[in-house]
Amino acid sequence: MTALIEIRNLHAKAKGLEILHGIDLTIQPGEVHAIMGPNGSGKSTLSQVLAGRDSFEVTEGEVIYKGKDLLSMAPEKRACEGVFLAFQYPVEIPGVNNTYFLKAALNSVRKYRGEEELDAMDFLKLVREKVKLIELDEELINRPVNEGFSGGEKKRNEIFQMAVLEPTFAILDETDSGLDIDALQIVAAGVNALRTKERSMLVITHYQRLLNHIVPDFVHVLVDGRIVRSGGTELALKLEEEGYGWLETKVS
Amino acid sequence: MAVIESMEDELRSMFLERSTERSSETEPGWLALVRKNAFERFLDKGFPTTRDEDWRFTNVSVIASRVFKLASGGAEAEDEARTLLASLGLQELSLHELVFVNGQFSRALSSLDDLPDGVVVSSLDNAWSHSAEELQPVLSRSLSDETAFFDLNEAFVGDGAFVHIGKGVVVDAPIHCVFLTVPNGEACVHHQRNVIVAAEQSEARIIETYAGVEGSIYFTNAVTQIVARPSSVVDHYKVQRESIRAFHVASLDFVQERGASVSNHSLSLGAALARNDIRAELCGEGADVTLNGLYVVSGSQHVDHHTVIDHRVGHCTSRELYKGVLDDEASGVFNGRVIVRADAQKTDAKQSNKNLLLSREALVNTNPQLEILADDVKCAHGATIGQLDAEALFYLRSRGIGLDEARKIFTEGFMADVRDRIRVDAVRKILCGLLFKDAA
Repeated sequence: MTALIEIRNLHAKAKGLEILHGIDLTIQPGEVHAIMGPNGSGKSTLSQVLAGRDSFEVTEGEVIYKGKDLLSMAPEKRACEGVFLAFQYPVEIPGVNNTYFLKAALNSVRKYRGEEELDAMDFLKLVREKVKLIELDEELINRPVNEGFSGGEKKRNEIFQMAVLEPTFAILDETDSGLDIDALQIVAAGVNALRTKERSMLVITHYQRLLNHIVPDFVHVLVDGRIVRSGGTELALKLEEEGYGWLETKVS
Repeated sequence: MAVIESMEDELRSMFLERSTERSSETEPGWLALVRKNAFERFLDKGFPTTRDEDWRFTNVSVIASRVFKLASGGAEAEDEARTLLASLGLQELSLHELVFVNGQFSRALSSLDDLPDGVVVSSLDNAWSHSAEELQPVLSRSLSDETAFFDLNEAFVGDGAFVHIGKGVVVDAPIHCVFLTVPNGEACVHHQRNVIVAAEQSEARIIETYAGVEGSIYFTNAVTQIVARPSSVVDHYKVQRESIRAFHVASLDFVQERGASVSNHSLSLGAALARNDIRAELCGEGADVTLNGLYVVSGSQHVDHHTVIDHRVGHCTSRELYKGVLDDEASGVFNGRVIVRADAQKTDAKQSNKNLLLSREALVNTNPQLEILADDVKCAHGATIGQLDAEALFYLRSRGIGLDEARKIFTEGFMADVRDRIRVDAVRKILCGLLFKDAA
């Protein structure tokens, strides 16, 4: 089996400061990997680098995605190739209608894949169907992107977008933060409904709680820009009980 | 400024020529005096320079140093004007349409049938015979702080639109005034004067469109005066789509009486240099005014809006939202004065100017000014100048949208609230067609 994504010795810096000090991670199609780690360990940097944010500079290493060099692709090309990042802090875009934005995105992706663009009717049908999946208020999708959304609504909107765009590789960056337990369960159910044999996910979280609902195949612990430990769900439970301290002392 | 002096000599001889040739039977006698006084005021002031506070960032020497012939040949240019008109996509506004070509009324291109009773829409030239009484107080107002261009317009006042909405009359369909310039080789000027009077409790939507043959050089120096009598409602739009090499200077004056509600939307897209002086005088309690504006410029265009909202009496409301999008080396000016006179208690005034710069070379000068002499008022103002939001662009791109389209979507979002405040569907559609890919 060929890996969907292979991250090799990835180093990245921002504002002259190295944050990722050599990440190695391989994800097979259909696998769900969780990355846990304390604040400032580089979790969000990793997700942003994979999505193509240009405020981070990759200084070493490579990322092979579907056999291609991911890091040389523009963010929009990565998205067209099936990479999706659910933002930790979804961005508000005043005046831009959510549906309009998503239709532009979906059609851009479809065009890239050589598929026909959806017209307004077909798109609306698709939206109606996906909205149910994450119990998003239909009224929200006609408002400007994320503007005036509660924290929970923003996170649901991310998963809603993911459901519409149907990525091959989804990165969920602290999608659980700021969610109450009901919202967390809805979001997790939405994510689980999107799990397929082909679709891989990288779930980034600070807390183990999310992993009760989205059960990963592997758990990695990121400390100070390096993966210091990998294992199964039992690793997450141990972290929940004992914190990150025992790992930090070991690597230092 | 030898060049400018020679320009003034040129204007002097033009004025003399004009005043001998233009004493038609229908024109009232007092008009000649109005013209003469205005010309004297103009000569007194001369063209403004950047040393004048109100013109610091707008250099009109390009206009002042050039000889513009008084536009003529409206009739000969009609065929070309017809083609130009057809290309503007204004069909939905053609029900009540008054068309001017090179400053002269064109009956052939206009459509003035089906006007409701109590509504007069005509060219100013034709209005003298039946509405001189209505026009005299408007044209003979004592004016102290008008611009030199206003005076110049008055000195050469010729044709323009005259609209009178009778007492209690509600006109549903917009009244559209179109000013087309089709220069025949030489750079020309026309001094359009429009007078709109909305009688007590009347209601109307009025649109002014300015356009010219693309690439041609000319100078539009327009003045529109709107009188809103008690409890009238006027929704006024100005769409400036002049040739990219044209000069457009315009004054828009509102006088609002008790309980009159006026909104104005200024959409400034064309012209090499555009200057709008907009002045709303709230003279009767309970009046409210809304000034919305959108300027979108690129290349080396320059656009300037100077607005004054004068709260003369209490219990009036003003709302002002101006947005600008500037690309390339374009420059813009927004100067918004809100005056609250000592007697204007319980004034509620809000003003906002927001600018989006799409390039490093684009420039905007924004200057909101509040002058409050009353003590029991609610006033707020603010101005911002920003660039494309890198985070928002990344968000859009991370969903598969290319950089160019992401910029477009973000820019459209920035302009959306001004668009959404346009209440006449046809105007909104025209604007969407010109600026929005998301034709909502």
